[in-house]
Amino acid sequence: MKPVQIEVKNLTMAYDDFIIQENLNFKIHQGDVFIIMGGNGCGKSTLLRHLLGLKSPKAGEVWYQQTNLWQMPEHDRHTIMRRNGVMYQSGALWSSLTLAENIALPLQEYTDLSQDEIKGLAYLKLALVGLVGFEEYYPAEISGGMQKRAGLARALALDPDILFFDEPSAGLDPVSAKLLDDLILSIQASLGTTIVVVTHDLPSLFAIGTDAIFLDSSSKTLIAQGAPKVLLQECQNPILQQFLNRGEPLAQEKMKL
Amino acid sequence: MKVCSATLLRNDDNSAQLVLVGDWVMGNTVPNFQTLQLALQALPNISLNFQTELLVSWDSRFVLYIYQLQNHCQQNNITLDLSHLPTAAQGLLRQVSAFPVRESGHKQPAVKGVFAGIGLKSQKLMQKSQAIFSFVGEVCLSLSRLVRGKASFRQQDLWLMMQDCGPNALGIVTLISVLVGLILAFVGAMQLKIFGAQIYVANLVGLGMAREMGAMMTAIIMAGRTGAAYASQLGSMQVNEEIDALKTLGISPIDFLVLPRLIALVIMLPLLCLYADLLGIIGGLLVSVSLLDVSLMEYVTQTQSALQLGDFATGLIKSSVFGVLVAISGCMSGMQSGRSSSSVGDAATSAVVAGIVSIVIADASLTIIYQIIGL
Repeated sequence: MKPVQIEVKNLTMAYDDFIIQENLNFKIHQGDVFIIMGGNGCGKSTLLRHLLGLKSPKAGEVWYQQTNLWQMPEHDRHTIMRRNGVMYQSGALWSSLTLAENIALPLQEYTDLSQDEIKGLAYLKLALVGLVGFEEYYPAEISGGMQKRAGLARALALDPDILFFDEPSAGLDPVSAKLLDDLILSIQASLGTTIVVVTHDLPSLFAIGTDAIFLDSSSKTLIAQGAPKVLLQECQNPILQQFLNRGEPLAQEKMKL
Repeated sequence: MKVCSATLLRNDDNSAQLVLVGDWVMGNTVPNFQTLQLALQALPNISLNFQTELLVSWDSRFVLYIYQLQNHCQQNNITLDLSHLPTAAQGLLRQVSAFPVRESGHKQPAVKGVFAGIGLKSQKLMQKSQAIFSFVGEVCLSLSRLVRGKASFRQQDLWLMMQDCGPNALGIVTLISVLVGLILAFVGAMQLKIFGAQIYVANLVGLGMAREMGAMMTAIIMAGRTGAAYASQLGSMQVNEEIDALKTLGISPIDFLVLPRLIALVIMLPLLCLYADLLGIIGGLLVSVSLLDVSLMEYVTQTQSALQLGDFATGLIKSSVFGVLVAISGCMSGMQSGRSSSSVGDAATSAVVAGIVSIVIADASLTIIYQIIGL
């Protein structure tokens, strides 16, 4: 069994008194591509914010290996957070910096590399996502798909242990979404990074997911865990089946018809 | 301290081996590529492979080193055998080279030279003034539609805007205008005391506030407070494509967004100005009564005799002009803002700067005009 990288215990998420999800229990193993799926408004992105350390839980714990994220001094929490790379939904590139500067910023803050080395690394990361030649561009000057890839390059800047993706394929055409999936997979294959993806894009989650949880907004908890392809074949839960089949009749029922 | 190194071993005339040792990670000083480059220049047309048995750990900087080596080898006819590198590093190198370099990507270099600079600057200035005129023109058209009853905006919006730039600003206007009254009184008292004419502090403060400072100070407060808010509201609507949504519905964004803001400011700013006049006079009164041996009644009668209704009118006219200027500069910066978050910030800045500059210029011109026509 692969070692556990993140463990969530009895997590309850809420905005003030409005509970979004409760009693979440799951483990993310090292080297997995872990998918957090669910319908709109079920709390996928909120869960991501909890895992990232951006929002503190109403109840329950988030463990990074041997450490409890929310019961350590803020400084130590930042050290853990720094080991995560995040690609936000629309890139979240700093608009006043060029692409190269966007990638260089974390390196300047947290390493003592020379300017030349930082420049070289920024070039390398941009090359990894296919954006060579765009170093001097500002985020507003490139297309949405390129912004996402640049966001990925920035997420890779500090060689993270865990990569988080918030809706990587949102707003991309099918071909670009496929290319981004391939990119995620090849980075995963070469670095062995653990990857956590929030998505409800079916082709993408079947293509890349090795483990997944499904959050349900009516029962306010997670109702299934496993590899997406296995869940499609074996899980009997009607809500999940409806989700994985795009709301079309269940495969078994189709057979009867 | 962990160690890492790269040593070039020459096997025979046609081949060499690069021995990579240690931890190639952050916090360690990794070998400089230039050193290797120099060593390789002495060995053209060879084949190079790696020995990595003693390589413990590595990160992006290792990949960068090999990538630079790969590029160098391609340019210098050196055959490079990557097969002894860690598989993950090979994968990353393949990924780096997987995308073609887009020649079109590189930016046009900036034009240099004094004359080119002057030309570009004046072109920009030209465009900017055109933008100002066309915006003012559109607002005028929109106003004429309003007069003919054809412009439409939600009345509720107007009330909300008026609430926001009137009553909600009372606190800060109170503070500033009392203090300005105090300052005027102090400055005047210092001089007038020499002649034993302290009572004329009332004239100074009353006229100063009514004709000048009341209008000026409220306008500057509103430029900072409301003008900037207008610019960032409209700017973020531009970023969110909300303004495009209005246009596609056939609703003029000028009618719908700019008019209510303009009207609200033009109505509320003179009212705030009147309020500021009064509080400034009270500020002057506080100083005179407490420090200058002037009684309350004396100060009030002196102020009454010094001030004509016309003095207030000059202030109020100025104030409505300032209202137009603040609203126009705020809304114009917002409507012409770019589509990124940093341009919203720029829009707010330029709204305040343009607002205050135009207020001061308009104030000076109006004062001169008053002088000429004898108001």
